[in-house]
Amino acid sequence: MQTTAAIQDKTPTDVAALFLTVAGIAVLALLGTAFTDDPAFRFHGYIMTALAVLALSAMTIGVSNGFFRSDQSKYADGVIRAGVIATMFWGVIGMTVGVLIAAQLSWPNIFYFPEAGWLNFGRLRPLHTSGVIFAFGGNALICTSFWVVQRTTKARLAGGVWPWFVFWGYQAFIILAATGYVAGITQSKEYAEPEWYVDLWLTIVWVAYLLVFLGTLWKRREPHIYVANWFYLAFIITIAVLHLVNNAAIPVGLLEARSYSVFSGVQDALVQWWYGHNAVGFFLTAGFLGMMYYFVPKRVERPVYSYRLSIVHFWSLIFIYIWAGPHHLHFTALPQWAQTLGMTFSIMLWMPSWGGMINGLMTLSGAWDKLRTDPVVRMMVVAIAFYGMSTFEGPLMSIRTVNALSHYTDWTIGHVHSGALGWVGFISFGAVYCLVPWLWKKDRLYSNALVEWHFWIATTGILLYITAMWVSGIMEGLMWREYTPDGFLANSFIETVAAKHVENVIRTIGGLMFLTGTVIMSYNLWRTVRMPSRADASVPSSTIPPQLQPAE
Amino acid sequence: MWKKHEKFERHSLWLIIGIVVTVSIGGLVEIAPLFWVESTIEEVEGVRPYTPLELAGRDIYISEGCYNCHSQMIRPLRDEVERYGHYSLAAESMYDHPFQWGSKRTGPDLARVGGKYSNDWHRDHLINPRAVVPESNMPPYRFLADQDLDRHAIQAKLQAMRAVGVPYTKDQIANAEADLLAQVDPYASQTSDLRRRYDARVNQGDFDGDPNRLTKLDALIAYLQVLGTMVDFRTYQAENPENLR
Repeated sequence: MQTTAAIQDKTPTDVAALFLTVAGIAVLALLGTAFTDDPAFRFHGYIMTALAVLALSAMTIGVSNGFFRSDQSKYADGVIRAGVIATMFWGVIGMTVGVLIAAQLSWPNIFYFPEAGWLNFGRLRPLHTSGVIFAFGGNALICTSFWVVQRTTKARLAGGVWPWFVFWGYQAFIILAATGYVAGITQSKEYAEPEWYVDLWLTIVWVAYLLVFLGTLWKRREPHIYVANWFYLAFIITIAVLHLVNNAAIPVGLLEARSYSVFSGVQDALVQWWYGHNAVGFFLTAGFLGMMYYFVPKRVERPVYSYRLSIVHFWSLIFIYIWAGPHHLHFTALPQWAQTLGMTFSIMLWMPSWGGMINGLMTLSGAWDKLRTDPVVRMMVVAIAFYGMSTFEGPLMSIRTVNALSHYTDWTIGHVHSGALGWVGFISFGAVYCLVPWLWKKDRLYSNALVEWHFWIATTGILLYITAMWVSGIMEGLMWREYTPDGFLANSFIETVAAKHVENVIRTIGGLMFLTGTVIMSYNLWRTVRMPSRADASVPSSTIPPQLQPAE
Repeated sequence: MWKKHEKFERHSLWLIIGIVVTVSIGGLVEIAPLFWVESTIEEVEGVRPYTPLELAGRDIYISEGCYNCHSQMIRPLRDEVERYGHYSLAAESMYDHPFQWGSKRTGPDLARVGGKYSNDWHRDHLINPRAVVPESNMPPYRFLADQDLDRHAIQAKLQAMRAVGVPYTKDQIANAEADLLAQVDPYASQTSDLRRRYDARVNQGDFDGDPNRLTKLDALIAYLQVLGTMVDFRTYQAENPENLR
């Protein structure tokens, strides 16, 4: 047989290299655990040691059973299957924590536990944001990018076993970050909370990710690099730059968890929001646009609407996004020239954003009927619509006078969630709904009706969430600046907190509905995986359960 | 013209260079000048590095994620200045590594909370916020009163702060632990070494109502009580030419 020639007989060198790397990490983690005086550092030392030992055991079993002797003539899809499972797993966890902290703000007497400080809002909120952005979104980006780069270059993933290192290394990063938050290990930079050693670990994983992605591009058997890969590449490179600069810090000691940022005050604020806004721009936008540029044309079986538009909006998007950070710092001690520059570029950003939206939507030209017949297409189209809406709302909120009202309020939270739930959530769901039947070789999803349920429950949930936040955000903004006819402030701060109770409850319900949709999706995908495989797949017929045969 | 774009599509190295150059420009133009334009931070009299106890309290403020709900940045808007006090100056956070300006006010701004409430009020409020403010949705922090302050790394913390540019003196670093203990000592003299090393106005005494123990709550309240109090706004003149830019 021809395929067996491609299968290696000996243990590949990349597996040996990975084994030694992990062994080195295990020794370092063990030494750190043994010699530190810092209980927080020791806690993470135990976790890292356990993870490394687990990885070594798994690799030993893998080598002895020959799991790593893969067929080099086929696409590497195992790591993508793992990525899809991880995406859904972390999605459910991240969203559950979101519902919990929403409930804490609604009913503080029920959902706070004085004896369990690690369940307080301040520790769970980073768990929620990192859980949905980096664990759910990050896994979705990594696994779809691995799928897209292979299919659009007609080459197997580069690096042998190293894509698996990227996958498991990233999960280790998530576990260290998440356990750190609930244990109070944070450097307090929003969306960059993990401490210095976790940042270093992510840097290693991210460089491996970049090399795997680039290596596959170098192996490509297509002369052109497809547009989706431009976006994925811009996302990987820029996130690396942002991560390195924003997390620059001096640790208190090599065996201490705490570190202090090399920047302070004004400079630190701008570095942080340069990072923070471009985590939105490159992680939550560019990466997911890459997803859109592959899965939308593929699913509706139409070419991308405009090649020229994709060139123009790609370069203008990545150029302009970087400037927009200072709009998070209007009216602060940041020099006004920087605020004005940030506002100007934020407004300009509207155009490239809508360039992407138009290119995505118009790809459906001639296939609009699929909106009625295919709920997965509908989900992706609604995602693009939410992308258009939140990228219009963003420039509006970046105007200094609007920002004077909206900043520090729930309006910002609503804006973020129209982008996160509507755009990032729905485009990822659409991609995963496409991927699962492809990866597990099925003809279709288990149930289109369940996709309909998911779509409508989640969409209603998003609408409840963002309208509640518009109302409470604008209300509290107006209440803070309300004066009595005598010229006194009309409301104490706590009155504005009490006034938001109903909106907080509606927000909790909206979030719960969105989570319900994700749980329905997970069930649907699980049943899809368990369905009998396509006839052309080489699965013995005896493994197909007889009860699935249609009755006479 | 569109033909020329082929270069980026056919050579990944050109694509990488194009991306790196494109995304670098904005950051360089906006961020780099903040490090050499002198008017970015106008130094103001009174701003000093945190005492060891305040620094330990700040670390607890960070660990507990207080920045998720409380800003420390008063904007120069009429209602904010009347509600919270003088708008925040850049110099007031020049020793904050990292900054604590925050981005959301689920609770009120804390930039000038120092001295507004008594230590007893803070203790009661932190242990159970709803005992003091019934409509509050802030989490309870009773456990901070039950846990001893871990001070094993306090000297290393001052050293790390010095490494990133906070002007702690050798004297201050060498006496970090002594200064930390002196600040919670209710019987410390008015002219203690701690006050000599930092500021005559440093708050001394027991903060959490339990003079026999040095708890995390002591440190956190000491930090809250110094917020926004370093600059004396009775003598600070915003219209002074050197404060105008």
